[in-house]
Amino acid sequence: MPPEVLSAPLIVEFPFTRSTGPVLGAFLTGLRERVVLGARGSDGRVLCPPAEYDPVTAAELTELVPLGQLGTVTTWAWNERPRPYQPLDTPFAWVLVRLDGADTALLHALDAPRHAVRTGMRVAIRWAAERSGAITDIACFEPAPEGPEAADAPQAASPTRAEGPAA
Amino acid sequence: MSSPAPSPVHSGARSGRDVAVVAFAQSSHTRRTDQLSEVELVMPVLHDVLKQTGLTANRIGFTCSGSSDYLAGRAFSFTMALDGVGAWPPISESHVEMDGAWALYEAWVKLQTGEADTALVYSYGKSSPGSVRDVLTRQLDPYTLAPLWPDSIALAALQAQALIDAGLTDERGLARTAVRSRRAATANPHAQLRGSADVEDLLRRPYEVEPLRRHDCPPISDGAAAVILAAGDAARALHANPAWIRGIDHRIEAHQPGVRDLTESPSTRLAAAAAGAFDAPLDAAELHAPFTAQEIVLRRALDLDDRVPVNPSGGPLAANPVMAAGLIRLGEAAALIHRGEAGRVLAHATSGPCLQQNLVAVLESSAGGTR
Repeated sequence: MPPEVLSAPLIVEFPFTRSTGPVLGAFLTGLRERVVLGARGSDGRVLCPPAEYDPVTAAELTELVPLGQLGTVTTWAWNERPRPYQPLDTPFAWVLVRLDGADTALLHALDAPRHAVRTGMRVAIRWAAERSGAITDIACFEPAPEGPEAADAPQAASPTRAEGPAA
Repeated sequence: MSSPAPSPVHSGARSGRDVAVVAFAQSSHTRRTDQLSEVELVMPVLHDVLKQTGLTANRIGFTCSGSSDYLAGRAFSFTMALDGVGAWPPISESHVEMDGAWALYEAWVKLQTGEADTALVYSYGKSSPGSVRDVLTRQLDPYTLAPLWPDSIALAALQAQALIDAGLTDERGLARTAVRSRRAATANPHAQLRGSADVEDLLRRPYEVEPLRRHDCPPISDGAAAVILAAGDAARALHANPAWIRGIDHRIEAHQPGVRDLTESPSTRLAAAAAGAFDAPLDAAELHAPFTAQEIVLRRALDLDDRVPVNPSGGPLAANPVMAAGLIRLGEAAALIHRGEAGRVLAHATSGPCLQQNLVAVLESSAGGTR
């Protein structure tokens, strides 16, 4: 007979506080105000989520660009059985979404029926009712409304420059 | 900063001291090892690999290990496993918080410097105490990815769908990869999943995260592996048929999956070119592709066609001890040469989500390639 194995729960925590810096900080603060910012890369491409350093050249990036609230699904995966802490507790699609005005895609959840989900699908941000400056301020994406995409109007039209870290 | 030129190929990657794998050992990988501590998991493998060469721990010039505190649930967990090596009197030792393939790379560099002639490399992963699928979300960007808890299967499924959308595979093609891998594993006594139902049967089963089914995913494994490296005459003295590392290189891509074309692996291709993989035909390849779709990506990056046997060991689809599965690819590639079954073998290891970082090594017998 195998020996009895004793076990006990172990909750691992890394209780560090981090500062988010001028790029991610601006991105997360923007989400709280229902604004999505991308970062302009060395080659002019707009990266969203924004990167502090260019993924190809490693150049420091500072120019932030407001993006649309609509986007296009670039790939998806249907999650029939959501796991703890995931954005939705009902079946949803994981999606990479290229927001209008961006050249790269953001990972999030899409709340839509399975049959509606496809690559190339147009989707819209569903904002969380209470926002705290986190990626979860986007509650999820949902199918974009039919017809003219008039709802897709970013708050600001001109590029903004990232502010340096607070003194 | 102006836009820099592409990073130069590491000058030592294909020259310098001749270094070979002279021994390889691994555990019999299983779903749970409740009764074993990490030290007890590692010890038999270390004894095995040392016994193959007749070396004792005090005659090893350098020791390097790979493991993860996130699996062990405590900081500096590798120091406990060092008890399995015997670190008294003091030894020259290092650790990477990565798959053991990268520990092997560090040991290879150490041997290149001439500061050591032999190295012991080991790694281990005990996934069973937690849910590794969820634990792996903690390796992701802490601001934009980790708070969403996208598990490892979900991220692999996004990559698989991108391949399907691009017309590069389909669910049947993925299932064929699973069947081939697990049937190959019937000849591997260390593998965890040996044998497979046929493709039609597998395709009738439910999705885990569509388009991936259970057979497209690696098993959850506890296990360990170890390798001994030796340089020049030391290698020739320790093995009649050393597996010479003719080239080794590793490259990394952007972390965000949405920045990358998930159907391609430019870092694998760059590492393979630097390691000399395209210079001569290969007899076999051991690829660290934990998910079926990732093998398709790697085959394309490495220009591997059906003439090159891929994962004759069964690969990570047959046993996937996290942190050791990449080192095992190097060990299995070396073992093919040790046994005289191949003359030139490619070994690959990966780290991070959706094949973010990749290592490629080319191993050869003293006679070179083409059996």
